[in-house]
Amino acid sequence: MSNQPRTIFNKIWDAHIVMAEPDVPTVLYIDLHLVHEVTSPQAFQGLRDRGLKARRPLQTMATMDHSIPTTPPDVPTTDEIAARQIAQLEANCRDFEIPLHSMQGPTRGIVHVIGPEPGLTQPGMTIVCGDSHTSTHGAFGTLAFGIGTTEVEHVLATQCLLQRQPQTCQVRVDGRQGPGVSAKDLILALIAQIGTGGGTGYVFEYTGPTIRALSMEERMTVCNMSIEGGARAGIIAPDDTTFQYLAGRPYAPQGTEWETAVKRWRQLPTNQAAIYDRQVTMDVDRLEPMITYGTNPGMGIPITAPIPDPDALPDVSQRLAARKALEYMDLMPGQPLLGQPIDVVFIGSCTNSRISDLRQAAGLMKGRRVKDGVRVLVVPGSEQIKQQAESEGLHRIFQKAGAEWRQAGCSMCIAMNGDQLEPGQYAVSTSNRNFEGRQGPGGRTFLASPLTAAASAITGVVTDVRTLQ
Amino acid sequence: MEPFRTMTSGIITIPAENVDTDQIIPARFLKTISKTGLGGSLFADWRYDSNGSPRPDFPLNQPKASEARILLAGDNFGCGSSREHAPWALVDFGFRAIVSTSFADIFRNNALKNGLLPVVVDGQTHLQLFSLVEEAPDTVLTIDLATQTLTLPDGRRVSFPIDTFSKTCLLEGIDQLGYLLTQESRITAYEQAHRARPLCQHE
Repeated sequence: MSNQPRTIFNKIWDAHIVMAEPDVPTVLYIDLHLVHEVTSPQAFQGLRDRGLKARRPLQTMATMDHSIPTTPPDVPTTDEIAARQIAQLEANCRDFEIPLHSMQGPTRGIVHVIGPEPGLTQPGMTIVCGDSHTSTHGAFGTLAFGIGTTEVEHVLATQCLLQRQPQTCQVRVDGRQGPGVSAKDLILALIAQIGTGGGTGYVFEYTGPTIRALSMEERMTVCNMSIEGGARAGIIAPDDTTFQYLAGRPYAPQGTEWETAVKRWRQLPTNQAAIYDRQVTMDVDRLEPMITYGTNPGMGIPITAPIPDPDALPDVSQRLAARKALEYMDLMPGQPLLGQPIDVVFIGSCTNSRISDLRQAAGLMKGRRVKDGVRVLVVPGSEQIKQQAESEGLHRIFQKAGAEWRQAGCSMCIAMNGDQLEPGQYAVSTSNRNFEGRQGPGGRTFLASPLTAAASAITGVVTDVRTLQ
Repeated sequence: MEPFRTMTSGIITIPAENVDTDQIIPARFLKTISKTGLGGSLFADWRYDSNGSPRPDFPLNQPKASEARILLAGDNFGCGSSREHAPWALVDFGFRAIVSTSFADIFRNNALKNGLLPVVVDGQTHLQLFSLVEEAPDTVLTIDLATQTLTLPDGRRVSFPIDTFSKTCLLEGIDQLGYLLTQESRITAYEQAHRARPLCQHE
């Protein structure tokens, strides 16, 4: 089998088969299990009910990120229910001997940020988490996907999952992005092209010269949103960019082990003659900054385009969904989104809260003021990113511009922690979901890049960053 | 898990496509540490107005909803977040089957592990079902898992796909962790052969 040309997905999958027999799903070995407070309590309870231990506690890493406040640590938490959930995670990690990046610790942050940050996420691994944005880790050439809480329990108990093999889809990206156009725009354009369910049943592999030219942080942004196109996982084969990112990080192999690891990782990329089940192509030469106008991430348009007319869509249910979306968003078809007044800007989330995202936003906001009446939240993805940003003085740029500089966490991406929109408010957000009420009941979200978000913060309306730079 | 064999029930329809799990159960209800009691919050933002009163026009607020075990929904049901709270809430409300043209992968997996059957039908049958319920809101369907068939009121039978393993688990109420635990010796052998080692350190 190993002499057959294979995709990187097939190589990782094959290397993790514990058992494969007809008529039953494959028993797949999981190298690394990430755990957070929201999707794990019932799984730990399941272990207790059966008298089971965690099989591989040191192949597990936990943190709290979803429901934690991002206000300064000395502000007492007022959400008793969230506090109880966090206390439960602490107790579970203690009882099952699982390493926890704690509230007080220096390495806490969004789970998909603090896996790659210390070099824990490595090529060729299988990584799961009770969180759909686990696809982020695929940027390193790992097979990483989100699971439900029952499956969290399975992995805690057995370090394995029962999985049917997904199909593979090559997403080939060509062309060079123009100024003001980022990795976020690339992935929003792909999802607009294929639709929010377009990748269901597939694992994406992003290939082509445009992908090769992306930094690791940009690759994470792309892979992060694979799930918004319906694909559980997105993979980018490792290369020198990957190895340079990993070299010297605390969890990365050191010395001769590093040499051996890199040699092994170089075998991972898809063989030239390997066949994908499906192929999608896109060209970014003429790509504009993208923005969503509706209530799923597939409802995206180039920023200078008018809002599409639902009546022009090919089928009935699409028309219904688009009409419902525009009604929720209180927007008119045919109108431009440019110039639409906004109330809030959120810069953060596992999609766009890394240091390069913050540098881009700060670069644009430097020496400028946030428009009166617009609330701007900048939420770093981790404590380490926060410290890095502060050492570069980025926090002062944000604060001087009139933005709030917060503690690390998921914050307004999922609005579980008190950071949320008021009903009817409009936000430009660098997060990944614009579903109804996602950022607070009645709130309306335009998904966009950190550059578009920063530009819109300055003007108070949806803005094409290319007109500001 | 309660076994799923055969069931005859009325139908509730939510025709929108791409119903995401944030609609099925909004994030603010995910702070629970329990699996039960989520039925009251199912579709909360579509079901209740801002004062918390039921919106009379929302399908789950119809009198027949409390009896219905089948939800007929638009394409790509359950997209978005991996929260298993979505099937927990659907089951807690009383649903045992969702009929649609397609399901998001993670939702489908989660549903199957909670005795909630995702039934995939072709586009034509899907449309027919919606018009049937529109014309006769009391339409009942029979779902038989062993034969993988859905029987319409006129006696027409439509078959639906399901993999053998999930089908057996549902029919017999087998919990999959029990099955995985029987693979213990193979897992140990894998770990030895691949030299599985600790990756993470305590803080």
